[in-house]
Amino acid sequence: MNDTQRPSGAEPLAQSQVALIDLLDRLLSGGVVLTGDVVLSIADIDLVRISLRALIVSVSARNPSPWQTPALPEDAP
Amino acid sequence: MTESVFYAYAVVRNAAGLDTALEGVVGVAGAPVHMVSEGPGSDLTAAVSPVPAEEFQERALRRHLEDLDWLEAVARAHHSVIEALAAHTTVLPLRLATVYLDDGRIRAMLHEDAELFSQTLQRLAGQLEWGVKIYVEPQPDTRRPGPASAAGSASAADTTADTGPGRAYLRARRAQRHSREECYEAAREAAERVESIGRAMATDHARHRVQQGELATGAGENVVNDAYLLTHEATAEFRKRVLDAAHGLPGVRIDVTGPWAPYSFVAPPGTEDPATDRPP
Repeated sequence: MNDTQRPSGAEPLAQSQVALIDLLDRLLSGGVVLTGDVVLSIADIDLVRISLRALIVSVSARNPSPWQTPALPEDAP
Repeated sequence: MTESVFYAYAVVRNAAGLDTALEGVVGVAGAPVHMVSEGPGSDLTAAVSPVPAEEFQERALRRHLEDLDWLEAVARAHHSVIEALAAHTTVLPLRLATVYLDDGRIRAMLHEDAELFSQTLQRLAGQLEWGVKIYVEPQPDTRRPGPASAAGSASAADTTADTGPGRAYLRARRAQRHSREECYEAAREAAERVESIGRAMATDHARHRVQQGELATGAGENVVNDAYLLTHEATAEFRKRVLDAAHGLPGVRIDVTGPWAPYSFVAPPGTEDPATDRPP
C-alpha cells in the first residue's frame, strides 16, 4: 500500500491502515441503502462497468466455487 | 464558490461528545463533518458534510467511480467518519455516496425511516463486526522425503524403470495437483471450524464475495471472506479460536480484520446480500 495522506487528527482505531479491498467490500455491499437526492445510487451501479472490475470479477456471474480445483490440462488417472 | 450538496455518512442516536468526536475529522472532499438532528422529540441524528454538487451529480459520479484513486479517497474519508463516531456510540453506516440536497432533506430522511433506524440501532447496540478471511497457499509437495522433483528431472530416489522427462513431468504435476487438493480440503475443514465457532459465539454472520483481482493483495487464494457480528464480551475468545482454527492445517491461512462498525449487518438477519457466493 502506498503512503496515503492521512487527514489531520483522527488516527483510525484498529489497524493503522485498513486494506482498501476490505473497506470496499463493506462500503459497496454493506451499509444502509437509502434513496438519496442524487438520481444515481451506488446500489444501482452496474459494477461490472466501472473500475471495480479491478477487484470484482462480476457481481452477477457466479464465481466458480473455490473448492473445485481447476482441472489440469493433462489429467492422467 | 460551487454549489454544495450534502454527503450523509451514518445515522446514530444523539449522545454527548459526538461533536467533539468529529472535531478534526476531515470528510469527503475535505470539509468538516457536522450532525443534523431529526428534530424535537427524536434522538436520531445523521453525520453530514458538504460536497461539491457537480462532483456528485449522476454523470460525474459514474465517471468518478471509474477512478480508483477518487474511490479510495471517498471510501477512506467515509470510513474515518464512521470510525470517529463508532468510538462513542452505535453507528448505522450508510452506503457509500448517499447524497442529499440540503439539511431539510436529511431531516425528512431521518423522519421517514425513524422506526427502522431505531430498531436497527437497538439490534446492533454494543456489537461490532469482525472480518474472517481464509486463504489457500499451496505448499511445496512434502509427502515424499527429500526435495520434490522438479519437472523434467527424474528423481534419483525413483525406483521405477521408466523415468523419462515426460513421465517425471506428469508425476510432478500429479503430486502438485494432489497437494492443491489437500490444501483445498484443509481450507474446507478450516471453514467448517470457523463457522461452528461463529454459530456458537456470534450474533450474526454475513458472507462477502471472495477477494480477487489486483486489489486482493493477501498472499494465496482467498476462499472465504466472511463477517461476524460479535458482542464486546465475545470478541477476545472468538478471535483466539478463529485464529487457532488453522492449526494443523498446512497450506491454510486465516486473517481476522476489525473491529469494524457493523457495516455488513445493517439489514435485518435473513435478508441475504444478493452478491455473495453460496457456501459449498
